[in-house]
Amino acid sequence: MRAPLARVTGVAAPLPLTNVNTDAIIPSVYLRSESSDLARGLFARWRFDETGAERPEFVLNRPPFRRAAILLAGENFGCGSSREAAVWALQRFGIKCVVAPSFADIFYENAFRNGMLAAIADQAELAALIAAVEAAPEDAQVDIDLEKGLIVRGNALRMGFSVPAFRREALMRGDDEIASTLRHAKDIAAHAAADRARRGWLYRAIAPEGKSE
Amino acid sequence: MTRGSTLFEKVWNAHVVKRFDGDRDLIFVDRHILQETTCAPAFAGLERAGRPVAHPELTLATQDHIVSTEPDRTEASNPEGLELMRLMRANAQAHGIRHYGIEDTRQGIVHVIGPELGAALPGTVLACGDSHTSTVGGLGALGIGVGTSEVEHVLATQTLLLQRPKTMRIRFEGGKAPGVSAKDLILAAIGRFGIAAGRSHAIEYAGPAIRALGIEERLTVCNMSIELGARLGLIAPDDTTLAYLAGRPFAPSGADWELAAAEWRALASAADAVFERDLAIDCAPIAPQVTWGTTQEDVIGVDQRIPDPATLADPERRRRSAAALRYMGLAPGDAIEGLRVDVVFVGSCTNGRLSDLEAAAAIARGRKVKADVRAVVVPGSASVKRAAEAKGLDRVFREAGFEWRSPGCSMCVSINQDVVPPGARCLATTNRNFEGRQGPGSRTHLASPAMAAAAAVNGAIVDVRKLAS
Repeated sequence: MRAPLARVTGVAAPLPLTNVNTDAIIPSVYLRSESSDLARGLFARWRFDETGAERPEFVLNRPPFRRAAILLAGENFGCGSSREAAVWALQRFGIKCVVAPSFADIFYENAFRNGMLAAIADQAELAALIAAVEAAPEDAQVDIDLEKGLIVRGNALRMGFSVPAFRREALMRGDDEIASTLRHAKDIAAHAAADRARRGWLYRAIAPEGKSE
Repeated sequence: MTRGSTLFEKVWNAHVVKRFDGDRDLIFVDRHILQETTCAPAFAGLERAGRPVAHPELTLATQDHIVSTEPDRTEASNPEGLELMRLMRANAQAHGIRHYGIEDTRQGIVHVIGPELGAALPGTVLACGDSHTSTVGGLGALGIGVGTSEVEHVLATQTLLLQRPKTMRIRFEGGKAPGVSAKDLILAAIGRFGIAAGRSHAIEYAGPAIRALGIEERLTVCNMSIELGARLGLIAPDDTTLAYLAGRPFAPSGADWELAAAEWRALASAADAVFERDLAIDCAPIAPQVTWGTTQEDVIGVDQRIPDPATLADPERRRRSAAALRYMGLAPGDAIEGLRVDVVFVGSCTNGRLSDLEAAAAIARGRKVKADVRAVVVPGSASVKRAAEAKGLDRVFREAGFEWRSPGCSMCVSINQDVVPPGARCLATTNRNFEGRQGPGSRTHLASPAMAAAAAVNGAIVDVRKLAS
């Protein structure tokens, strides 16, 4: 079981760039060890200069966005490498939800499998939210309600977002996907047995005892 | 009357264990390949839950991402990578999974060894924790690149729960011109259709120019499906495919070969099959391609000039283009040909196979790498390295001044020690030209192996067709 996610309330940081890739989200140097500081590694090349000092202009180095729980992103967020550390780095930093007009396929899968909401929003509505947050950073608190499918900022801004029903429910229940799949273990075994009967060659070809390697 | 099925639909449907709402299918995985940098947490997760590996006999593990590529390497050659290398070895051993470490004759980049071992076969589903798994689509296999949670899911269940992708076909019409490679075809397609064109789709590459390609070239085309935004890319198997697979260690043999071959011949998309998106590109006018920016769609022919962001109507595209030019240290209107390079890298799952090294060696032969250029060749696998050495390619490269290294991902992902220095310009045969991809501040231009060798001996980007004759 994972912690269920029904609501995200917190500061929303604007990063309205298109095609933000997973190398930018977490550079490969942070993939060298299981004990890497992924929170530090998040957007490392944009957040820190060559000496390791913060770049004050980068959004996540500016108050109140330093404690962002929501990232308002651009199209095709998370493209490139399949590295799941991109999601882990966002989470270690404190991000629980990314809102974007579209996501790259593998990042999108990885997000939900870690209990992170990847919310797809209308481009124009999201642009309005980003403009509002940029104009009044002191008022960057945003509330995202999974049940109602609503993103709300103060009294002035309400917008919807899309998330497939099964993903929303899995997030809200905190499903362990492997446990869910293992409930179909009989179907898997039946498929495997039927396939083995139909395509025996496929299994004999890789059987340890079958061939000299 | 119902329409015939596409290649993708035939393979996918044969693997559906169970359908779920939301267009999701539970898909059986025939082969699972592991690499050391994306699976340690998956094994830890299995251990926490007390779950066994469902089918270790259908699983292979190797080490490629973090390994040193020093000529006489040991695991200790990259001390920073020891933790992940040892975890991979220990996890494979604990679960009875075949493991090809750096001492093994079968070690290499996951997407290079899958085909060369015959672990990837037409009509099969192959999963791997790496986004370039679609490479094996060149054999008509469905290669699915997954994250670490999905690696754990495959280990525990031998299945993947996936959103059924939409179908898409890209027809490569006409024939490619002399001096133009498979890499140029796929880069040109990415330039034409964009890096998000294939999102949520499985792409079938078809048309006369694809049919004319050898298997290694088809692997190059399918490799860059993720650079079109697609998780899946494949090419129908044919006689070329069967000839490539015959006799491979994990390919069926004897009577089994005949059974398999009959199935493989029936996989091609039906003539009346319909694709949800059908695109075409004319190959005849495609010149050798070079990327100028920081995404793969920022690509032009070597004879072209760098586009001016001011001509773009969309403000976000204008901003992005200008930022890419700033990062790359280039100006609009500059010719890409003549641009000086500091590093040349030949290798990777895109272009690290024998035919790639042959293409580079054909240019390097009898020439010298320009002073001040570091030129590096990293074979995609131990087997590629042996085959290249048997043909004397290592000598050709060494005599020309290239480094001849040991197999691994190396400067494509730069998780090991192989990095491009800050500000340095690298012509690479790899697949990603993102900011900092080859090291902080590195500037990457993607191109073919022949173009890479040409840049190394010329000291600057040059149209390889001027050297080939």
